[in-house]
Amino acid sequence: MTKITVIFNGLPVEAELGQTILEAARSHGIKIPTLCHMENLVPSGSCRICVVEVEGERNLVPSCAFPVRDGMAVYTHSERVRRARKSIVELLLANHPDECLYCLRNGDCELQKLAMDFGIRERRFTGNKNRYHIDSSSVAIERDPNKCVLCGRCVRVCDEIQGVGAIDFVGRGLDSVVLPPFNADLADSDCVFCGQCVLACPTGALREKSALRTVWSAILNNKKKVIAQIAPAVRVSMAEELGLEPGTDITGKIVAGLRLLGFDKIFDTNFAADVTVMEEANELVERIKNGGTLPLMSSCSPAWIKFVERNYPEMLSHLSSCKSPQQMFGAIAKTYYAEQQGWQPEDVFVVSIMPCTAKKFEATRPEMGRDGYQDVDAVLTTRELLRMLSTASVEVMRLADGEFDHPLGESSGAAVIFGTTGGVAEAALRTAVYLITGKDSEKVDFNVVRGFKGIKEAEVNIGDLTLKCAVVNGLSNARIVLDGLRDGSLSYDFIEVMSCPGGCVGGGGQPAKDRSNIQARAQSLYVIDAVKSVRTAHHNPEVKKLYKNFLGKPLGELSHKLLHTKYVPRYPKELNVASTKD
Amino acid sequence: MGKVCCCNKDSLAKQDEAIQKLFRSYAPGEKEALIPILQETQGLYGYLPKSILYLASEYLNVPVGKIYGVATFYNQFRFDPVGKYLIQVCAGTACHVRGGGLILQALESELGIKAGETTKNSLFTLSTVACLGACSMAPVVTIGGEFHGRLQPKDVVKLLRDYEMKE
Repeated sequence: MTKITVIFNGLPVEAELGQTILEAARSHGIKIPTLCHMENLVPSGSCRICVVEVEGERNLVPSCAFPVRDGMAVYTHSERVRRARKSIVELLLANHPDECLYCLRNGDCELQKLAMDFGIRERRFTGNKNRYHIDSSSVAIERDPNKCVLCGRCVRVCDEIQGVGAIDFVGRGLDSVVLPPFNADLADSDCVFCGQCVLACPTGALREKSALRTVWSAILNNKKKVIAQIAPAVRVSMAEELGLEPGTDITGKIVAGLRLLGFDKIFDTNFAADVTVMEEANELVERIKNGGTLPLMSSCSPAWIKFVERNYPEMLSHLSSCKSPQQMFGAIAKTYYAEQQGWQPEDVFVVSIMPCTAKKFEATRPEMGRDGYQDVDAVLTTRELLRMLSTASVEVMRLADGEFDHPLGESSGAAVIFGTTGGVAEAALRTAVYLITGKDSEKVDFNVVRGFKGIKEAEVNIGDLTLKCAVVNGLSNARIVLDGLRDGSLSYDFIEVMSCPGGCVGGGGQPAKDRSNIQARAQSLYVIDAVKSVRTAHHNPEVKKLYKNFLGKPLGELSHKLLHTKYVPRYPKELNVASTKD
Repeated sequence: MGKVCCCNKDSLAKQDEAIQKLFRSYAPGEKEALIPILQETQGLYGYLPKSILYLASEYLNVPVGKIYGVATFYNQFRFDPVGKYLIQVCAGTACHVRGGGLILQALESELGIKAGETTKNSLFTLSTVACLGACSMAPVVTIGGEFHGRLQPKDVVKLLRDYEMKE
């Protein structure tokens, strides 16, 4: 790297050739506001909030897309710069609904923040307000184009990070609007409901479809036994919103909070994750031994499932038939546990607290239940739980730690790492070793599958077997792997895919003020695992009891009925039309 | 070791010969070919059928959302078939000052559609155009390529009747 000197606001600082003005400024703690900019993606330079004045340039330049030169003099907050930025935000506000007090993102909105930072105190421009219909068609994500500032972050994350491209700019100029193709509803689109667009949205234009009302009314209904389950990633993702160090594990506080909110039983999705490991590891070993379809692909991430159903329908047989831990939990709670308690399944109301928006979609899939009831009745995102606690004025950090209820609160260390990329693979490997060799490996840590790299590859020797694994996070990376399998250039025995970058710790239902927090969240999960006394699913005593007293054996008849599922190809109907005269 | 069987449905093979030929003149995955493919498709059908956009998505490996985004960016593309008679109302300066806007309004109310739309019976498609180069006849309208000049809003009803009578 060639070192050069850039003069920011009269002060010379060192920069590297090839950096943008924005990057150079940030590396020296000089703040330049941005709106459309996204870390690690090619700059789009469309919003112009980040403009700066460069000596010798006639116009203001967008710092996100302008390279530094040696000796360049940059002014990041000159009179001209401040006026330009302020005008840009005033123009964005000209056709904004002005419903801030009633908006979900009130107090957590980047547009609000910019307006506040730039001291906008009066309305200079009044534009025509658009009246777009709010798309509430899907059970997972709601779209309100009226609040959209057309920054394009959702479009880019959907296309470039997730490789889905479900939404894009439609029309041009003042008529531009971000929509699924043919102005379709999100429910009928290629959207996989991963929710990464919701994390990317600076305003309230994209948000989860809230299930809070349903959950409150179930709690108020005396007939319902309301059972909560908490996903692994949730416990390490709330701390930062409560003023604690990012990644802090507050499981006990969350359990205490849920009890105060009125949930009858508080259980751990991790219990079901252990059951998932039992089923999936057995499925893997069985497929290897009996020449079944390989590679086996994990099936915990519902957005990934919909992605395969739509884009690679011919590969559905590679997906593990295991339901995700959320769904396994629901099925077990409404059968095994309900029986123990003498409850009718229809009186049990299962609420999942998930780092995920796609889990809302998964819970409503028709095959996810039996006898007229669903495995899971309502799904709340981590963000919704935080809101639920606020509504009830429950300050969890003031409460004494609570304990999960018995028996669906018992879990191993293998389960908790499901919350980060590589965790499912590692948990399955720990149990696969036991299944193949008949004993546990001395070291249960499989560091080769850890870390945030988009595609990790590992060859793991178990007995005289070499298992070739791939661990993938982010759906555009999944596309690379699936295309490689399609053309034969890649081959594996097992593939773990998590739809969201980083896995569930970076899930679409998570708080998202600072993306870099997901590293701390993942680290915290590995710590929880490391200090657990039981670190493998097959040694979880309650899981053993479940098989002994109820399910029989993994992949048994009852397992198949309750814990396994089928997938549907979602090939676009437009392609089956022989004639084009529609 | 698993190798995935590749049973890619060949959606292209099911299509008309003309559209197959059109697509095959570009390489699969050649994203730069998107706009030429859209233009040639419109040349074939007079509009962009939904199914062909899905086909292009698969052929070029571009999400259909992106394709729709590109297609709606340009005014040249349309998503509905054109009616038997394309009505072009001149919105050029001369026609504008001589009441072209009123002619458009009269046509819209008589046909019950807005500019850019097609009547339910697929007979008329209404559109506006920047200038027809016949300013001496302002305000001017073409219907199915025939020029009608010095129109007044009240002429519109009879004019449309004449075309309907031809059917």
